[in-house]
Formats: sequence, C-alpha cells, structure tokens
Amino acid sequence: MTRGNLQRRLAQTSDDPTLEVSLTVNGERVERVVSVRMLLSDFLRHELRLTGTHVGCEHGICGCCTVLIDGKSGRSCLTLVAQAQGAEVTTIEALAAEDGRLHAIQQAFKECHALQCGFCTPGMIMNIFGRFNEPQALDLTDDGIRTMLSGNLCRCTGYVNIIAAVRRAAQLAGRA
Amino acid sequence: MSTRQFGARVERNIDPKLLRGEGAFVDDIPLPQALHAAFVRSPFARARIRSINTAAAERHPGVAVVYTCENIGDLDLDMPLLIPHPSMKHPHTQRPLARGDVYYVGQCVAMVVAVDRYVAEDAAALIEVDYDPLDVEMDLEKAVRDGAPLVHADATNNLAAHFVQVSGNPDDAFAKAEHITKIRVQIDRSTAAPMECRAIAASWDQVSEELTVWDGTQAPISLRGGLSSILKLDEDKVRVIAPNVGGGFGQKIMMFHPDELLVPMAAMKLGRPVKYIEDRRENFIGSSQERTQIHYLELAAKKTGEVLGLRDSFLHDTGAFIPYGIAVAQVASTSIAGAYRIPNIWVEFKAVYTPAVQVTPYRGCGRPHACFAIERAMDQLAEELGLDRFEIRRRNFIGENEFPYPREGLLFADGLRVTLDSGQYHKALDMMGKALDVTNLAAAKERARRDGKYLGLGLAFYVEGTGLGPYEGGHVRIHPITGKVYVNTGLTSQGQGHDTVFAQIVADQLGVNPQDVIVVEGDTKAYDWGVATFASRAAVVSGNAIHKTAMVVREKTLKAAANMMEVDVTDIELHDGAAWVKGSNRFVPLAAVATATNPLRYAFNEAAQAATQFAPASRHDGPPLAEGQAPGLEGTDYYSPPHATWAYGVHGALVEVDPDLCTVKIQKYVCIHDCGNMINPMIVEGQVHGGIAQGLGGALYERLEYEPSGNLANANFVDFLVPYATEIPNIEVLHLETPSPLNPLGVKGVGEAGCIAVGAVVASAVEEALKPLGAGKFHHVPLTPSMIQAALDRAGA
Repeated sequence: MTRGNLQRRLAQTSDDPTLEVSLTVNGERVERVVSVRMLLSDFLRHELRLTGTHVGCEHGICGCCTVLIDGKSGRSCLTLVAQAQGAEVTTIEALAAEDGRLHAIQQAFKECHALQCGFCTPGMIMNIFGRFNEPQALDLTDDGIRTMLSGNLCRCTGYVNIIAAVRRAAQLAGRA
Repeated sequence: MSTRQFGARVERNIDPKLLRGEGAFVDDIPLPQALHAAFVRSPFARARIRSINTAAAERHPGVAVVYTCENIGDLDLDMPLLIPHPSMKHPHTQRPLARGDVYYVGQCVAMVVAVDRYVAEDAAALIEVDYDPLDVEMDLEKAVRDGAPLVHADATNNLAAHFVQVSGNPDDAFAKAEHITKIRVQIDRSTAAPMECRAIAASWDQVSEELTVWDGTQAPISLRGGLSSILKLDEDKVRVIAPNVGGGFGQKIMMFHPDELLVPMAAMKLGRPVKYIEDRRENFIGSSQERTQIHYLELAAKKTGEVLGLRDSFLHDTGAFIPYGIAVAQVASTSIAGAYRIPNIWVEFKAVYTPAVQVTPYRGCGRPHACFAIERAMDQLAEELGLDRFEIRRRNFIGENEFPYPREGLLFADGLRVTLDSGQYHKALDMMGKALDVTNLAAAKERARRDGKYLGLGLAFYVEGTGLGPYEGGHVRIHPITGKVYVNTGLTSQGQGHDTVFAQIVADQLGVNPQDVIVVEGDTKAYDWGVATFASRAAVVSGNAIHKTAMVVREKTLKAAANMMEVDVTDIELHDGAAWVKGSNRFVPLAAVATATNPLRYAFNEAAQAATQFAPASRHDGPPLAEGQAPGLEGTDYYSPPHATWAYGVHGALVEVDPDLCTVKIQKYVCIHDCGNMINPMIVEGQVHGGIAQGLGGALYERLEYEPSGNLANANFVDFLVPYATEIPNIEVLHLETPSPLNPLGVKGVGEAGCIAVGAVVASAVEEALKPLGAGKFHHVPLTPSMIQAALDRAGA
C-alpha cells in the first residue's frame, strides 16, 4: 500500500528532558540516558528488554510488575527509574539457574499448577521471593500465605494452587 | 511409554518459559522503531461532536500522526455485526473513530501515534473536542420505557432485540398449576478484567506486502478474515499471531475493538511498526463488559414440587452497541430450565441499548444469569411448598435414563436445538449432601449463634452447553530429524494449557512423551482452518479433531514401521518414541520411520542415509513416492460436533454472616462437577478454581458503578474489587465423569463451569443464614454488605 510512495519523515524522538541513570539490574551494572519520567517498569521492559516484568494496572494494585528494589519487593510501575538511581534491582529473569533450572518457587508453581496464563506469575513469584529472603520465619498457615499474597491479583487460578505452591516452595527451599 | 496420558496429571509444557519470565506477550515482542498509539475518548455517555481540533497535537514534538474519522479512509465505517440474528431490528455497531455522535464514556474519538506512549498521551490531551451533551438513561428498566432518552434514534424504547422461544405448551402448564411461584432476580454489570489488558501490534512489510499483526485475541483466524476483508488484502498476506495471552475470559473473543483496525492501518500507512497497549482504565471504559440482566420468572408446579412449566421474561443490557449479536441473552434464555425436566417453557428477552460500554460474552455468557434465576426460583418454590432444597431438585431432575433430553423449540447459541446429552444429576446432588455434612448443620448453626454469627447453607445446580461448533481441525506431523511431534489447531490459549492436554491426546496414539509433543496454535501462518477459543469448546472440538488426526498418523506410522522391519502391521506397537516389534527388542525410532517415509536425495544424518535414493531400503519398483502417497508421517482431520454437549455440576457452601459488620465469610465451598472424561484433572481443577474465584467476585464484590450521567465511577482496581487471595476460600472439587456420547474422546468443556453457580450459591446461603433475623430474600448480586444491612434494617433486626 505504501510502496512507491515517498517515505514520510516521522518523528524519531520526543523532547522529554533526559537524565543519566546508573543502577544494578540482576547483578549487572547498567547506565542509560532516559526520559526523566520513564517508569522503572518501562525501563526494565523496553530499555533492557527484560520483559518478564509485566504491567497489569499501572496503579499499584495488581502486583504484576513487582520486582525487588534493594532486596525489598516493590511496584516497578509506581517507581520512576530516576528513583532507582544507584539501586540494586532484581527481576524474575534472575531466579532460574543459568542452564534454565527452575528456582524452588518456580518449581513449586509448576508442580502445583499455580499458574495459568502466567501474566501475574512473575510479580507473584518476586513478591514471594522477597519474603523468602527475609530472615524471619514464614507463616505457612493458609491465612499466613494468603496475607503474603495479598498484594498480587490473579484472575485465572483462584489462588488455591498458589497457596499450595508457596507451601511446597518453602519445603523445597528448606524454609518450611 | 505404555502409561495412558489421557487422564493423567501431567505438568504443563508451557510453564518453564512463563515461570522464567520468558513468555512473549504482545508488548514483549521486540519491534524496532515501533510507534505507539493513544486514544482520545469521549467523556460523555451521549453527545454530538461539534468540532475536533487536532492542530496542537499534530505540532507536538514526537507525534507522527493524528487520526480522526476524517482521515482514516475506508475504515470510517460501522464495524462488522459478527453474529446477525433476525430478532435484532436495529443492530448497531460502533465505528473505529466516532463520527458525529458518541454513545458511551470511553468511545474512541481520535488516535494519536507518537514515538512513545508518554508523548502520545500528552498529545491526546491537546486535542480539543467540542461536545454537545445529550440526555441519558442508565437504568435498564427505565431505558426501555416510553419517553426514555434514546441511544440510537431508530431504536424505539432502546430495543436492540426482542426474542421469544417456546417449548411445549406453557399456557396449558400454567392453567394446570397447583402452585405458582414468581421471582425477580438481578445480576449487575461486571467485566472480565484479564490481568493482561488487550494489546495489539502491527508491522507492514513493504517488500512482500505482508501485514503481520500480534493481537492478544482469542480468535486469530477470524480476526484475519475480518482484517483482510476490511483492509482489502489477500488473506494470505495477513498473518495474525496471538502470542502468550494474559487471560481472556471472553473479552478477547470480541473482535474489532477500534484499535484492531486502526493499528494495522497506521502501520501500513506509516511504514513503521505501531503498537497499542491498552491500559487498565481503558480496559474498563473501552473494551467490553457483561452481566446485567433482570429476570421475571414464574414456575408452575404441582403441590409435590414437580414443575410443569416456566415463564421467564428478562431484560438484557447490551450497552451502546450489539456487535456480538444476542449471544449472551440467547444462552441465558436456552439454559433457563437448568437441570430440570420442565417440559413447558416460554422465555422472552428484550436486549436494551444503554449508553455504556458494549456488552459481549464474559466467561459464563448468560449461564450465570440463567442459573441465578432458576436456582433462586427453585429455592423459593421449595420454601413455599415446605420442601427441602435438595428434595425439590431431586423431584425435577432429568433422570439418567431420560437422556438425550431435547427441548423442542429452543435453539442454542450454535443455532441447533437444545439437547442435553448425558449426566448423573441425582448422584452429584447426593455427593454434595455428604460433602456438606448437612445432617450436622443444625449443631453448627447453634455454635455460630453463640458467637453472634449466622450460618447458612447455599446450594445451586448448573448445566452448561459446551463444545459448540462449527468445527476445528488438527494437524499432526512427526518430525523426521528430532522425532518430535508437531501439532497445530486453529485455536489460541489464554492460560488453559492447550499445549499440554492436546499433547496428552497425541502422546497416547503415537507412544511418545507429552513433553515431546509441540503444540503450535494462535498463528495463522502455522495453521489457518478453524474458528476460535470460546464457549468451553477447545477440549471438545479441537481435542477430538487432534485425536482423530493422531489416529490417522498412528496408522501411517504402524504401516511404515511394519514395512521397514518386514513384519505384519499388527505386530507393531508404539511406545517410548519408537515403533517396536511386539515381544522383541527390535525397534525403529519414530524419527527414522518419519525419515524413511520421506524419500530423500541428501543425507543429513544416519536415519536420512537410509532414505536416500541409493540406500537398499529405498529400492522401489515404481517412483519413490507412489502415486497417491504423501511424504512423511503427517495428517490433518477435523471434528464438527452434532450439537453442544452438556456438562453440569452442583456447588454448595457454608457461609457465616456477621449481622453487625454485614460481612459474609465462606467457611466451606464444595464443587461437584462433571465434564465427561477428563484429559488432565489437574488442569480441570485449575479451571474450576479460577471460575469459582471469578464467580465469587461477581457474587460478592465486582460491580461496575455507572453514575446517572453515564460516567463509570470505578474504572480501576482500587474501586472495582477483583478478589485477592484473602477473599477466596479453600475450594473442594469432587469429580464425576459421565462420558459425552457425542464425541470420540467422551469429553465436555469445563472452561466456564466454575463461575456459573456461584452467585446463586452465595445468595442462597446468606438468605438461609439470615432467615432467623427475618431478613427476607436475596435476589440480586453482587450481594454487598449494604444490601445485607438494608435487609436487616427492613426486618428491624
């Protein structure tokens, strides 16, 4: 349809002010010049192509975009990359071994059928991962696990199998 | 691999990728130089557009183009009416970008394409639209009355469709009735809210003149048909890919949301990839919604509780447009008699336009509505006749020996007569009685009362017409190099695990590991015969097509292997990825069999050497490929169901109501369900759990709050309450397996099952719990704390 027509001159960039950010992502130092208003989620997904971090609501309710920021789980959709200056960010891509072997939480999700469409799963797992990394004992009662998951929406599973998976993961990770 | 895979709890093939964050959803597909779209949407439910000024937006740095209805050429049209039906007198569909009028808050008026979404949204805010707002009526019952403001000038009383269906002789039944019970029930507006909003990206290849579209759709093949027709491209030049999709629940079966035409058009016009990733607010105000129906239902019964006849007249809110036809209302109207004989039925619906987001199917598609109406009516009838709720159902169930049970005069959503094919309804209900431990209920109630809480038992039976046609296909090929089995079908998955259940079906026929079966769907370049994923039909329709195909490939494999090992076909068995001579250790790997059936010129590996033209095994009298033969171990076949196959089940719950806080706590939730033979019980349970959670959302929390002006007040996850883990109880699922007599695998669908009965169960339980306080009936969901409070206030409790 456009063959034979002159290529239109289209915009290549915005005139957003930029800044240079420097942070550590999954153990690697990254430096980029980005728009001052770029969200951490967009930075991870589109600048670094770490698309395992998903964006489900952009207002901090669904938890799909959860990553670890300096070891604590946080919403990358409510964080500007500028705020992550100098931080250590960990995403779902860092969990499995180099050869693809699944992390205990991932393995437990697979065994327990704790995911269906898989869109909420990375955020769900990063939230659980953050909790597993904390030194205090895990509350593995049904209510304790429900509270642990209460920042992540899932529309497919009804959570029943996710609760089972958290318990199984604690077993596999020696946290039970 | 002699273990049967069908019926086993096989872990899913797709999981490792999704778990490692390696899934590829639409917005994850790398498209260098992609431009991003944002929309200007109407802030008014009904208005006339006086003028649109895009000048400032066009000048904004980073903007490539601004589209309104004036510069989209052939796309300035009414989008397709997907399922025409004679009951629709004034069918209206929306236009990609509004021309002249807007009909709901959220309707697309202009589209900005810019270097990124941030800039596109900035520029969208610079577009000035001058509106002349018009009067609206958002209340469904008022909208259909004389004098209500009209959504569309030609649709008198806002009537989009009016349809009556009759089975048997209802007038006669009502004349003979010893008791008539009447009920009004209401289900409010809700939405699918998949975790991934809708998303689309498109790329136009100027050299090959091919359009590639990535769309989180449930219907890539159908979408391609529409795109080629509307964009006037050859079908073969349009490739639609539904990659990983983050949930659909029906919202993504609707096609030609405006972006689905405008984004491909922009990519073609601009020569750069374009993408539109819907945000959550847009998913609320711009995609599709469902559920509002108000039923007036009457049952004509004998004193024994036997129901002779049913009359139901209901209003169905279709929103501002009716692109998917009457599907939701039609399913509701034909499911209305549930699991009961009820031989005489009169059912009427009016589909009514309201100036709100269009209504298209959402998981359940009319079934939850029908179930809520008939089940609440059965409870009421039981109460009025002094019968137990279990007993009234037993007295009316279609018996095991009465199948197939036709409902003459009722046409289902596939255009075919409703015919319930099989089931063990009595057995299911008995299982529920045991699971809920009803004999000890009185004591449990008494214990709760001592804490100031009220315990109630809720119960609802449901039926579900599943596995609708027209057809699906299957393609199976054993790969000559790896021996892996490639399977295609025309569906796409939004999390249902097709890649695993279809692999199990094929594994049984070809004696391979399910992990070695690679299912590729959702790509029109991979396979392009078929329809879509909807109506709990994947396992039934594609499953049987794939099963039939796998049997064809099995026969070819047996024959080829017998030929290679010079034994009789009946002496060959397939297991562990190879063809074996029975009772011996002689075998040929499937890869080698596949290679040998493909006469080769070039030797890539050992197996290939044996198939080259100078190899001893390749000597033929005639041509290497005999006349009428096809190379390789491959097949294609189709399955077209005679009509829907009816799954069913019963849900029960014990709930505790706190009359001070007006809260409802579910203490126990049990689901007995029957979807015929289960391919993978683990996946079936997952589907059921998820459906029940969605059902609980609809029963207790999720309601779209339209203000009288037509503004949607809770278009976000803060105020529209999708349940978290903290709201969903443990769910006990018990299986019954009555094979479907209609298809070779004996399967029925299960995708929607979970959500259907939940509203009726919860209302039934809360009603029983609060009976001692005189709280009256609960005939409206979602059942909110405010409703409980109002009921208790009315009762003076």
